[in-house]
This record gives sequence, structure tokens and C-alpha cells, in this order.
Amino acid sequence: MKQFFKILLFVILVSCSSNDTEKEVTITLKFSHNWDGVSVNSSDFNSFKFSTLNGESVNIERLRYVVSNIMLNENSKDYQLVDLGENSGLEITFNNVQTGINTLQFTFGFADKDNVDGIYQDLNSTSFNVPMMLGGGYHYMQLDGKYKDVNNLDANFNYHVIRAVDRSDPNNLILEDTSFLVDLGNVNIEGDSTIEIKMNIAEWFKNPNTWDLNVLNTVLMPNFNAQKLMNANGKTVFSLGKRTQN
Amino acid sequence: MRSYWYITFLLLFFSCSSSEIEQYTPVPYELEIPKLFQDKLIAPILPIDNPLTEEGVALGKKLFFDKTLSKDGTQSCASCHNPSKAFTDNLKTSIGVDGISGKRNAMPLYNLAWNFDENFSWDGKDFTLENQALDPVRNPIELHANWTNVANRLQSNSEYKTLFNRAFGTSKIDSILVTKAIAQFERTLISGNSKFDQYLLGNTTLTPEEENGFNVFMEEAKGDCFHCHGSNNNPLWTDNLFHNNGLDRSFLDLGLGAVTGDPADNGKFKTPSLRNLAFTAPYMHDGRFNTLEEVINHYSEGLQPSATIDPLMKKVNQGGVNLTAKDKADLKAFLLTLTDFDFVNNPNFQE
Repeated sequence: MKQFFKILLFVILVSCSSNDTEKEVTITLKFSHNWDGVSVNSSDFNSFKFSTLNGESVNIERLRYVVSNIMLNENSKDYQLVDLGENSGLEITFNNVQTGINTLQFTFGFADKDNVDGIYQDLNSTSFNVPMMLGGGYHYMQLDGKYKDVNNLDANFNYHVIRAVDRSDPNNLILEDTSFLVDLGNVNIEGDSTIEIKMNIAEWFKNPNTWDLNVLNTVLMPNFNAQKLMNANGKTVFSLGKRTQN
Repeated sequence: MRSYWYITFLLLFFSCSSSEIEQYTPVPYELEIPKLFQDKLIAPILPIDNPLTEEGVALGKKLFFDKTLSKDGTQSCASCHNPSKAFTDNLKTSIGVDGISGKRNAMPLYNLAWNFDENFSWDGKDFTLENQALDPVRNPIELHANWTNVANRLQSNSEYKTLFNRAFGTSKIDSILVTKAIAQFERTLISGNSKFDQYLLGNTTLTPEEENGFNVFMEEAKGDCFHCHGSNNNPLWTDNLFHNNGLDRSFLDLGLGAVTGDPADNGKFKTPSLRNLAFTAPYMHDGRFNTLEEVINHYSEGLQPSATIDPLMKKVNQGGVNLTAKDKADLKAFLLTLTDFDFVNNPNFQE
């Protein structure tokens, strides 16, 4: 009997002690950008320092994109515009995150149910809209810059990702939701910390579809097939980076 | 001795009470924000250190039209920013009190409270509207005055002393308060009642030409104007950012580049709003285009390549997207639906 009470006391103690260690902490998600491992910041814009898998020399002049339904277990944010050129929207902070194993995921762009024309005042104010003739709603990403064409001359590109639209019949648009889930898996959270979410920009041009900027450069928004290719290439763009205790 | 203290107390009491009576509390000014702006845009920028008041706005309006702000009393803000011309002067580049032409076209003034980054002027040199108002007064090729002299002239005017006291609680006039008042007036200059606004509100229809023009404006393969100039979802019709829109191969005027010192900004100028183009010719930062036809031809066939040309400019090696004559005419017809006659005739904005 004495032994039984000893075990019971031990179980209660362990149970209490376990509850005591669970706490709420502050987690910052930090978006970083690289080109095949080489860090990319706004200071790297406007110079031809990157090359696509297809061999085009590229400079970046604008990179902004929307992530939505950002979830860290029960903590969530509806959407955020990340603008590397303006150094804005690069961090998302959750203040009441339970320690332990947390699942981190978000949607790149807006899923159809959220991609409602004109409803986000901040995105309207920064002209991130998609024309109604293309189904309305919002851009998922604007990646603009220049590349060296086959004659080694500067040429512009607008890698604009939106919901794919087939306009074969302008009166009957066929829309396809090309946003996608980015599931970064489980992260073990022990205290206040920063979690890096990495975007490898080069991936947009190589995997699984090798992108030829001499062919696909501008006016990609109404190009249904180009949007499908972008969607496929986007799946490997994001990955989990460093976790640092604050 | 006791009665002496009693009298002293009474004197102090009435003295305090008298100054409290003189203390005037200005009346908050309610901006009339157009419905489309309320629905589509984030809130306007109204700085907490310069809230809009009836008295501040009225004082700002009086100062805006007052030639006392110039060196020789011959020009006011309104000399280059005429309300009947959507606050421009229809000159290629404005002419100051000494008869010298500046190098920039006078920018129209409206919807300035929705310039969310608060970078003003063609080259973005002025952060905040209050700071912007400082420069033209002292600029030698504009009003060419001295702020100390201007403040002294205003200080010697008893009416102004009263107006400043009512607006800001002090009759000590300086450049800070003058520019605060002018900025308040400028924030009330709202243009949001054009034919296209009424169309979006369901109160009117567009002609087939205007409708096609809007489609040209929004079509990425044609005008692709919306990426910089807003849309039915951004009634400002500008992104208030800075772009090189392919005017020149090399730059006499560096624009934003001269301000930031970054060569990547050379040749970039603020995107102007497309509202009220009927009143704001000539166009571009240097007033080089006299007509809308010339502007549209530039984007269609006249683009000049350079290292900093914006990537949104299409088919630069062909001069542009080569619109058809009909699309050009219809695009112009659409642009003119952004004309706001109520704005230029608003009595609140006239002298």
C-alpha cells in the first residue's frame, strides 16, 4: 500500500511539473531570400548578379508577394504582403505560442475563397490587384527585373504570378486556383525565438520547369500555361531556415 | 495687511480667469471622404502633431492665396497651383518671382493625404506635406523669400495674429506654423467625383469607346497602365511611387537619383495621378508633352531604353506596345472620364 502511494505521488509530481514547463512564448517568422544560397536583399537589386538555370543573367528590381493563412498551430494571420524592395512585411510575430511541437504552414498567394476582388484595402492601396478581365482578385507575386537577351541586350521581365485564367472565351473565363500550400512541417518551440522562412528565388526559374526568359518574359498574367508552370516551380521555393533563440 | 492679501488674491484670480477665457479651442475639421476611397483605400495620413481643424484649414487657405509669402509680394502658392486648373499652371515649367523658369512642371494638388509614403514632389525630395511647403517659399527660382521676413510680415498683420492664435493657440508666427496651416488646407483638396467614379458607384454608364479605353488601360498586353496608375480598386490613379517611364536614353534631370544618390534611381519620377488630365496639360515632370495624344504615343511607340527603365515598360526595343489608332483614341476617352468638374469648381478651394 505504501509503495502504491509513493507511485501515485510521483505520478502527480511529474504531471504537475510537466504542466509547469508549458508556457507561451513569442515567435517571429522571418522571410529571407536567396539565389541558390546566396543571400538577396534590396541592396542586391538593380545589378546583373544572378543567373537562371537556362543561362540568362538577371537583375531584380521588384519582388513582392502575398502569403495567406499563415498558421503556427492555433496562431494564425490572414495574410501578409512581403515586399523585399521596400523591406516591409518581412516579419510576422505571434505572441502567444505554446512551447512544444508546432506545425508551420501558409498559402502562397490567396486560395480562391480569399481571393475576392477589391476587399483588401491595404493591397488596393498598393495596387496589387488583378484586372477583372483576368478574373479579378490579387497578384500572388510580382517579380520584375531585367535579363540579358540572346543579343546580350537588356530586356524586361515581369514574372507575375496570379490565379491561372483561360480566356479562350472572354465571356466565360475558366479560372484555376494556382495558389499552393507551403507546409514547413513541425518545429519544436522552446522559448522566444525567430524562425527563418527561406525563399530561393532561383527555384522559380528551374524546378521542375527550366524557364527561358527569352520566351516567357512579359505579359504572363493572361498566359494560362505560364501560370501553371509558375505554380509547379513555386512548390520548391520555400524552406525552413535557421531557428534562433531571442 | 490682511486686506492687502485679499486684494492680491482677487487680482490673481481674475488674472487666471481672464487668460482662460482667451484660450480658444479650435474645432476639429471633418474630412469628407468619398465613398470609393472609404471602401477601397486605407485611411488617409493625418499627422497627430497637425490635426485638421476648421481654423487651421481656413488659415491655410488664406496663406495659400497670399502673395505675402513671396519676396516681392507678386506670387502666392496659387500662382503656380491654380484651383481652376486642378492646382497646376498649364506652363511647361513654372516661372518664379524673378521671371526664371524652373526645371519642373507644377504638380497638381489633390488627394495628397493618401500619399501613404509621404514622399512629395516629382523627385520625392520632401518627406511630409509640411516639409514640402517649406521649400517653394525660400526657393530662389520660386517665391524667393526669406522665411524670417515672411514670418515678420505676417506677424505685423493683426488679423493673422488672431487667426494663428485661434488655429494653434499662439500668435507667435513662424515657418513651422505657416506650413502646418498650408498642409492642413492641402489635405482637404479631395478629388473623387469624376464620371468614372459615378460609373463605379452605379450612377452612370460609359460609352463603348470609354469602356474599351478602360480595357486598354487594364489589359497587360495593351496599355498595362494599371500596374502604376491604379484601377477601379485604387481610385487614386497613382501608386505614388517613382519610375523611369522611358522618356530618355540619358538624363539631364536625375529625378529621384539626385535625391537618393543611388544611380539605380536615375531618371525616376513620381507617378502622377491620372485624375483631371483635362486641366493639367502639359504633361510629365518637365512638361514635354502638350497633349494626351503625345503621352499615349510615347507609351505606344516612343519608349527610350536606359539602364533604369522600369521593367513594366513593355517591348522597349520596339518603342512600346504599338496600340492601334482606335485603342489610342479610346484610351484617351477613358482617361477623360477621370475629370472631376466639381473639384475645380469647388468654392471651398477658390480664393
